[in-house]
Amino acid sequence: MDLQAVGLRAVNKKLQSMDPNTNEREWIIENPMGGHAIACGLTVPLSVTINGHVGFYCAGMNQEACVTVEGHAGVGVAENMMSGLVRIKGNASQSAGATGHGGFLVIEGDASSRCGISMKGIDIVVGGSVGHMSGFMAQLGHMVICGDAGEALGDSIYEAKLFVAGSVESLGADCIEKEMSSEHLSTLAALLEKAELNKDAATFRRYGSARTLYNFDIDHADAY
Amino acid sequence: MCGIAGLYIKNPDLYPKLGELFKPMLVAMTSRGPDSAGVAIYRDPVADGHTKYSLAHNDVAYDWSGLSTTLNQQLKTTSTITQRDTHALLVTDADESFVKHWLQEYDNEVRLVGSGQSVEIYKETGLPEDVYNRFGLASAAGQHMIGHTRMATESAVTTAGSHPFATGADLCLVHNGSLSNHNRLREELIRKGVSFSSENDSEVAAAYLTWKLRQAIPLKQALEDALVDLDGFFTFCIGTSDGFAVLRDPIACKHAVMAETDDWVAMATEFRAIATLPGADSARIWEPKPATVYAWGNESVSEHMSAPIPNDSAGHVAGGA
Repeated sequence: MDLQAVGLRAVNKKLQSMDPNTNEREWIIENPMGGHAIACGLTVPLSVTINGHVGFYCAGMNQEACVTVEGHAGVGVAENMMSGLVRIKGNASQSAGATGHGGFLVIEGDASSRCGISMKGIDIVVGGSVGHMSGFMAQLGHMVICGDAGEALGDSIYEAKLFVAGSVESLGADCIEKEMSSEHLSTLAALLEKAELNKDAATFRRYGSARTLYNFDIDHADAY
Repeated sequence: MCGIAGLYIKNPDLYPKLGELFKPMLVAMTSRGPDSAGVAIYRDPVADGHTKYSLAHNDVAYDWSGLSTTLNQQLKTTSTITQRDTHALLVTDADESFVKHWLQEYDNEVRLVGSGQSVEIYKETGLPEDVYNRFGLASAAGQHMIGHTRMATESAVTTAGSHPFATGADLCLVHNGSLSNHNRLREELIRKGVSFSSENDSEVAAAYLTWKLRQAIPLKQALEDALVDLDGFFTFCIGTSDGFAVLRDPIACKHAVMAETDDWVAMATEFRAIATLPGADSARIWEPKPATVYAWGNESVSEHMSAPIPNDSAGHVAGGA
């Protein structure tokens, strides 16, 4: 489908209304021209390739579908994804994978700030680096960063697991480096393999919650 | 909301197409700012010793030639004036401070929206495409342009509240975001002798830069100082005599994306605004980092601003942030 010729609503409606048992599983979207909300709300295991750069909220709320962007992605790619796979061949802007409940997001290039903010079960693998405040209030799931992490990684993090191969500019409140067990190593290696990134799991460090913000602390009473 | 865009042409063959290339950039930002729009275009520099003033009046039938004639008589100068819809370009070799003072005395409903050797500023309320068309900009030639589409949040929908805001000779600013300390900062700047024409928060940012530049502080330093003194959300695009500069606040939640080819450099709030430029698909595309000054221009600007063209290492994205 040519997005410029057919229009966004027609493209999304077509993809959203496919029968789960359809044989028409392969779709290509041409001329995205940075448009917003492309391939959002898919619920059927389709394979959708977008040939070009996309704007905001691409592949949001994805369930089951496999969406590949042959270019860069704007703000909020794969926002609130439930399941399926979203792969960005280029870089992603802010809030990639925000609030994602499940599924797999691969960003082959860099992601900007707030990657994986409030993630709730999604697995995110970034081939490059992430910007500031990534993993903010991350609740569940894994975020793998093959490059560096910006300021305040994992601020106020809950139970998501963060893996970083490069440097971490600074850790956010209540985020600490944690032991990398053999179990973590095998989970990480599986995520890297699934992302098709040739990176040695042994070069990563793990970060997670110190769990000191979970309960009210009387020593902090003055702060309220 | 609000949308901003900037285009700097590197390939002189494209100078004649500046207005044509910039139009879809501004129009693409209509959904972010449908209530007013404005542009600054840099073209047709006037002779040394002369200054070009962009003036505006609410009445499209305003007697601009009367203004020019009276100016010539009273300041014993020769000026020319060209009307463009609600705006007019006044060119004169009279002393700049005299002219500014004289304009206020002559008619305080005439607004001085910009001045310099080459800058022309046009801004009005209305849909961006309509604003662009009424000033005949689609056929404009030149080297660079910046523009703004406004969705008012902090002050009224008026021409005076529209962007760009002049910040000095051949300098102007467009802003996406909102400043939270603008009232206090405005009071401070008024005490320092800076004047204001609206309640607009972005005008305060422009006035702040004006005040800094008046003290002969280089633009790059002034922008770095702004990171300390301005509280709020901002992505700024600042038009200069030979290029433009971009600055985002340290939190950087106001979107911005930049792209570069051999022919041009562009910035916009969203990649949609860049996607229509020739070669945008294969352009080098990245997201400007927080609290970092980016600048484009010829050598003098690079020296003046000493801001490197950012390398490829991090945070390159399409679609804006």
